[in-house]
Order: sequence, then structure tokens, then C-alpha cells
Amino acid sequence: MEIVLDDVSKHFGAQRAVDQVSFRAGVGITGFLGPNGAGKSTTMRMITGFLQPTGGQISIGGEPVWPTRPEVRARVGYLPEHNPLYPEMYVREYLRIIARVHGVPQDAQRIREVVAEIGLEREQHKQIGQLSKGYRQRVGLAQALLHDPEVLILDEPTSGLDPNQLGEIREVIRELGRRKVVLLSTHIMQEVQALCSRVLIIDRGRLLADDPIERLGARLAGETTVVIECERAIDAAQLQALPGVARVDLSGPTIRISVAPDKEVRPAIAALCSAQGWGLLEMRRESATVEDAFQAITRDSTAV
Amino acid sequence: MWSVYQKELSGFFSGLVGYLAIGVFLVVLGLILFVFPDTSLLNYNYATLDQLFEIAPWVFLFLIPAITMRSLAEEQQQRTLELLLTYPITPTQIVLGKFFACVTIAALALLPTLLYYYTVHELGSPRGNLDAGAIAGSYVGLLFLAAIFCAIGLFASSLSRNQIVAFLTAALLCFLVHYGFDFLSAVPLFIGKLDNVIQQFGIDYHYRSISRGLVLLADMVYFTSVAGWFLYTTVLVLNTRRA
Repeated sequence: MEIVLDDVSKHFGAQRAVDQVSFRAGVGITGFLGPNGAGKSTTMRMITGFLQPTGGQISIGGEPVWPTRPEVRARVGYLPEHNPLYPEMYVREYLRIIARVHGVPQDAQRIREVVAEIGLEREQHKQIGQLSKGYRQRVGLAQALLHDPEVLILDEPTSGLDPNQLGEIREVIRELGRRKVVLLSTHIMQEVQALCSRVLIIDRGRLLADDPIERLGARLAGETTVVIECERAIDAAQLQALPGVARVDLSGPTIRISVAPDKEVRPAIAALCSAQGWGLLEMRRESATVEDAFQAITRDSTAV
Repeated sequence: MWSVYQKELSGFFSGLVGYLAIGVFLVVLGLILFVFPDTSLLNYNYATLDQLFEIAPWVFLFLIPAITMRSLAEEQQQRTLELLLTYPITPTQIVLGKFFACVTIAALALLPTLLYYYTVHELGSPRGNLDAGAIAGSYVGLLFLAAIFCAIGLFASSLSRNQIVAFLTAALLCFLVHYGFDFLSAVPLFIGKLDNVIQQFGIDYHYRSISRGLVLLADMVYFTSVAGWFLYTTVLVLNTRRA
């Protein structure tokens, strides 16, 4: 089971919302990162069969999504951005109708299962409009899961939730990612690090990165930084001379030493500091985070 | 399709608006037919329901756009249409489900007026002295009229995400299709030449024909094809939302 995008574009008039994007997403959670307006939602809408691409091919499990057909749409569960629901309906009533739309057999039993799976039991007899945002988000998720789809498209499923709700919803999504193809858009970096095995970064409609999460940090060669703080003034030239040190930055309150990746220079720095009597107070290493990668990658694309 | 139908009906009756629309419809009809002296059935001195069938299209002109205005406009406003279009149902099924739901609501609104039939039936002298065939035909005509208005209302509702705009567009379109051709046929240019042909484009002509108690194939074809055409354009509009 796999989602494959091949050279997919979507133009709105002269604006290229999505520009020749290609990627594959298999079982597991693929994070879809990008600034607002980057083209994440548009791409997801094309995969779900809502928006027709201007060009390119999308397939789910080998079957083309466009021209859109009910059989292919049935394999996808979709939680749109802003989670649209019918506020005047009751939770059970809503889920029953969606189950019927999907033609779910034994819908009463399946609804019970899904309601239990995502922790909606206590709220299931309420009107949707009366639920808190976190529970509304669960109803949206339940709606996407009722027909047990192989593919889940979740457009910012955790936006606007409080930290407790956030943790619970993430746990549900993590569980789903073991069995299903999950494509999850977000602009929260910790979420990507916590949940995703793969990251796609998109900006201004262009796909800028498609990497396993571990490799994304390493893409930024030379960005590993050792930060030290000393009691007395130091001589940057001597630090610079150490093998593996790329650059020494004295401009801040602390001294930032950029180091080539995979090089361990801390013992050498410590030895130098004590030999010169600089009075080393603190030393720590900052490795590049997904956040750094994201900023560096999207900044580069803006500069181009 | 029937899941959309069910959703639409429960949506209509879960709010106050549904009951209010039907209530207002019945109050207005009741006032006109039994209270206001100029139009009262009781002052008419004949045992007929002609007044009802004369006035009902005018009231439908407002009732039916009020029923249909939210059906697609609200889905677009709330963005639930996006979800609907990603479910394994076709736009045709969505539109037909909503259409039959609206027709059902209109029929439910009409149901209590059978009491008027009973009233006039009892008041006749001798009792039961009224043309049941013509009245049955008129009810059929009214239902078909409601069906066309519903199709027009859905079409108007698909064009906008604003319910007020949908209501006004629907009311205007219904008026034009119902009476517009009648008025057009009275333009001096057409009198004696095309006036009869132009009249036949309007709903009123066919409605009157059915009201006489004659349910003719030509009229049925007219009603189904006009309703079908508006439903088809509604599906086309929904499909453009994918572009």
C-alpha cells in the first residue's frame, strides 16, 4: 500500500499552488511540513479526490485517483483542515450517517469500536456543537476512521489543542501509523520529531526535502555546534587551528564553534582551554533539530 | 443517496428553522383561506378549494427557497462539502438525496392542508359536494410544482455560500419560471402569434392544466425535464468546486 505522486501540479489562475511535486508514502507516518500557504492542504485535497490536479499523476495502491472514482475515494480517510462538522447533529447520529455513506456493514458495532478507540465514549450522546475543540477533533478523526481506510490524510489534526489533548490525539495517530499509510501535515516541529518516520518539506508549492527523519538533521552539514563559555578572553585563532573546527563565532555572549559532522572535538577544546588557563565554565553540543533543518531549507528557497 | 437524504431531513428538523418555515406556511395559508374576508373559502359560497391552489404557488415561492437555501450553501460555508465530495458517493447522489429531502419537507408542509379538504367536504350542501378529482389533480400539480421549485432552490443554493443570497436567487428564479413566461406572453409583440408557445415554457400553464384534474403525459414530461435540468446544472456546479 502506497501513495505515489508523480509530477503533480495545481495552478489557481497564474498562481502555482503546487508545482511538480513527486513523492511516495508507504505504511507509517509521513510528516508534511511547510509554512502556511506552502501548498500542503492543496496537495492533500488532490490526494483525497476533492481537488483535481492541473497536471501529473496521483495513485493510491496502484490505482489512479484522477479522474476521481468512488472506489478509490473509499480507501481514504480524510480529516480536513479546520475539521468541518455539522454542529447541530448529535455525535452518534452523525457517525451513523457517515457509516451509511461508506456502506459500513454492522455499522452500530463499528461505531462502538471507533468511539472506544479514540476515547469518545463520554461525549457520544452530545450535540457536536457543544463539544470542546479536542472532542470535536476526535469526532473528525472518528469520521475518517469509520470505514477502516488504508490511507489516512490528516490536515493539521492537532492545531488548537491543549497539551493534554495533544498528547492523547498523538497517541491515537501513532497507533494508526503502525498499520496504515498516514500523511500528516503540521507546522509543529516537535510533532514531526515525536511521530513521523519520514518528513516532506514543501514551500511555495515546491517539494524541498523528502527524507527519513534521522537524515534530515544531517543534511545540514557543518551545522553541529559546540557552545562554550569561558571566564577570560580567549584566542580564536588557536581554537580555529584545532582539527575538525570549521568556524569560531565570538560575536555572542557565548562562543559558538561550528564543527564538521561526525567529528568529536570537545576533548581537544577542553584540553586547550585548561592549557591556556581560559577558565572553561560550560561546554555543550547543539545538534541540528528538525526545526533548524526546516528553517534552513525554507530560507534557502526564499533566497533562490 | 439515502444517507444524504436522511442527513438532510434530520438537519432540517433538528433546528427551529424547519418547524418555523412550515408553521409560517400553514399560518399564512390558514389566514388567507379562512380569516381574511376577501379570500375566505367560507365567504365564497361554493364548495371548492380553488383558492388554496391559487394561493399555494405564491406561498411556495417563499417557503421552498427557505427550505432549500441552506442545503448546499451551508455545506460550502462550513466546508463540509469538501468532505462530502471525498466520500464514496457521486455528486449526483448528493444532489438527488438533498432534492428528495426538500420535496419530502414540502409534502409534509402540504399534508395538514388535507384538513381544509375535509372542512369544505363537510360544509358542502349537500355534504361532499365537491370535485374530488380536480382536487386530487391539483395536489399532484402542487407536488410537481414544489419539485421544480426545490430543484431551482438547490441550484441557487449551489451557487453561493451565503444563505440569504441563495434564498433571494431561488425566489427570483422560481418567480420567473413560474409566472415570467405568462407575463412575457402578454407583451403586445407576441399576442396572437407566439403567446401560446411562450406560455407553455412557464410552470403556470402546466400547473393549471394538471389542476383541472387531467394528468397529461406532456405536463409530466415538462415537470420532470425542467426539474431534471436544474438538478443536472447543480451537479455541474458541484463538479466545478473540484477544479
